[in-house]
Amino acid sequence: METPTETLKELSRLKIEEGAIGVNALEMRSYELNALIRDLVKKGFKGLNLYNVYGQRYIGAGLSGDITFKVYGTPGNDLGIFMNGPNMYVYGNVGDGCGNTMNDGLIAVYGHAGDIVGYSMRGGKIFIRDDVGYRAGIHMKGYRTAPTLVIGGCAGDFIGEYMAGGIILLLGLDESRRHETRFIGTGMHGGVIYVRGKITHLGKGAKMMDIDENDLRVICELVKQFCDLFNFNSSKIIKQEFTKIVPVSHRPYGRLYT
Amino acid sequence: MRPLSQVNNPYKDDKNIDACALFGMINIEGTRFPFKDPLKAISNMRERGNGLGAGFAVYGIYPDHKELYAFHVMYLNRQAKRRVEKSLEEEFRVVLSEELPTKEAKVSNPPLTWRYFVEPNTSKVNEEKITEDDYVMKNVMRINVSERGKALIFSSGKNMGVFKGVGYPEDIAEYFCLEEYEGYMWICHSRYPTNTPGWWGGAHPFSLLDWTVAHNGELSSYGANRRFLEAYGYKCTMQTDTEVLTYAFDLLVRKHKIPLELVPKILTPPFWDEIDQMQQKQKQLLTALRQTYSGLLMNGPFSLIVARQGQMIGLPDRMKLRPLTAGMGGSFLYLSSEEAAIRVVQPTLDKVWNLTGGEIVVGMVKAPAFVRLQLATMR
Repeated sequence: METPTETLKELSRLKIEEGAIGVNALEMRSYELNALIRDLVKKGFKGLNLYNVYGQRYIGAGLSGDITFKVYGTPGNDLGIFMNGPNMYVYGNVGDGCGNTMNDGLIAVYGHAGDIVGYSMRGGKIFIRDDVGYRAGIHMKGYRTAPTLVIGGCAGDFIGEYMAGGIILLLGLDESRRHETRFIGTGMHGGVIYVRGKITHLGKGAKMMDIDENDLRVICELVKQFCDLFNFNSSKIIKQEFTKIVPVSHRPYGRLYT
Repeated sequence: MRPLSQVNNPYKDDKNIDACALFGMINIEGTRFPFKDPLKAISNMRERGNGLGAGFAVYGIYPDHKELYAFHVMYLNRQAKRRVEKSLEEEFRVVLSEELPTKEAKVSNPPLTWRYFVEPNTSKVNEEKITEDDYVMKNVMRINVSERGKALIFSSGKNMGVFKGVGYPEDIAEYFCLEEYEGYMWICHSRYPTNTPGWWGGAHPFSLLDWTVAHNGELSSYGANRRFLEAYGYKCTMQTDTEVLTYAFDLLVRKHKIPLELVPKILTPPFWDEIDQMQQKQKQLLTALRQTYSGLLMNGPFSLIVARQGQMIGLPDRMKLRPLTAGMGGSFLYLSSEEAAIRVVQPTLDKVWNLTGGEIVVGMVKAPAFVRLQLATMR
């Protein structure tokens, strides 16, 4: 039950800001912070600025609607899990499982991400300015919309593993480092991966194809959005060659039981 | 705020099914510091543990007795204590023996815990023509095996000590009065036991001589590793896969004098098809290592923090199935399961990165800031 002390404690964390409410997340446990966020959303706040975030998990979990989060700090695992519409801007690095099974909305990370970013993503867009860890976009799928994951830096191995739908764009903007990601698209049977520059190691079930007009249009649009968010020069990025990776088969085991 | 239990947590479950938490920090100047920061960091990853095991290894903790081996021993009963003490008197000169300071804390069924500062019986060491370290190892193994869990020497290095048990990190820290100690390196672990029971001896870090290992994940190669190590006199007594790592490091680095940078090429070696593409000399080396130490290949999902006097080492498995983040700030190198745990004690870092599979990171006291060796994959 709600007690007066708890209300006071909660109030001391909050601050009305221009068009938003600020939350000081210092030393809050994951469930406390998420319960507070849900409470504020229920009360009608459309902008939430979260400060001093240190490892709290599941921020924005399952929320719908036109809400904008600004997250300052280092959020924990499963940021934006099951999220269904809000926009989330993160000024820091994120942990593992960012955008897990996200349905709609936007996550933009002004930093790097851990492993399995975009895990089982079903819709919406994720933009990561710097590197991502292993298995980015694992099991992404597209139903009515194509989930989209754009990575500015390099990726760990197994990017697009078991991918079933959607778009991954890997830009590798740090010219001093080549793409070292191996096992790209292992076991993929849907969707498409675009990689800027050459790649060296494809996974089983994936093949390379040439870029066509349609691909270029998709790439240009995503690069433009990426550059708008993170302040890069898009014409310079577009100039370089892109490689397209698609599944060898959409039903690799289709004949197994026939 | 309404309590979560009434909103969307009907089963009153305030934890998540997840893996263990690792954290380590080393001051490369060798300056000692208290438990506040390491405890704050490991406690920040509370969701990764479930209160069934936590522990700390502290280096530089006993400067007044730094020439002596410091044994920390758990006893389930007084008879075990009498037996072990008799054995210690026979094989060692016991300079100081005392109960480890403890106080009331949220821990369940703590055993008796004693500490002994000892030096090996010189004439026996000379007689056996082995090194003091080997003599200590042999006796620690012998006592741990013969006591069958009734007594356990869980820390046996010089100027370092392990404190561990069943509880959350903050409970274990309180129970063992960690506020009384300082060290230049702290290795911390919070456990979420999966395959083996949560008991006091099974908490991490595992230790032998001045080696300690804290581990997240599992070793599916445990059986093969154990057989290989048993041939070299190591006895596995702690009911968990992690201890083989401790012994593997001891065998390779201390006994076989394998340079540290080659160790990941044995534990987490490149795949054969990668070796095939290497230059002749490198290919020969890696083939020889894989063939000689095939029984030490560590398979399965894991990330590790390994430490010994003056060194802290981080290593994730080849497929990177468990997380490990490294950070540098000021005179510190940090290793952690989650970056946020580093930031909570050091918000501004000079450098922070997620390790790649098989990448070893080594922090050394009085070494150039840190040594980063990307070897196992050798791309």
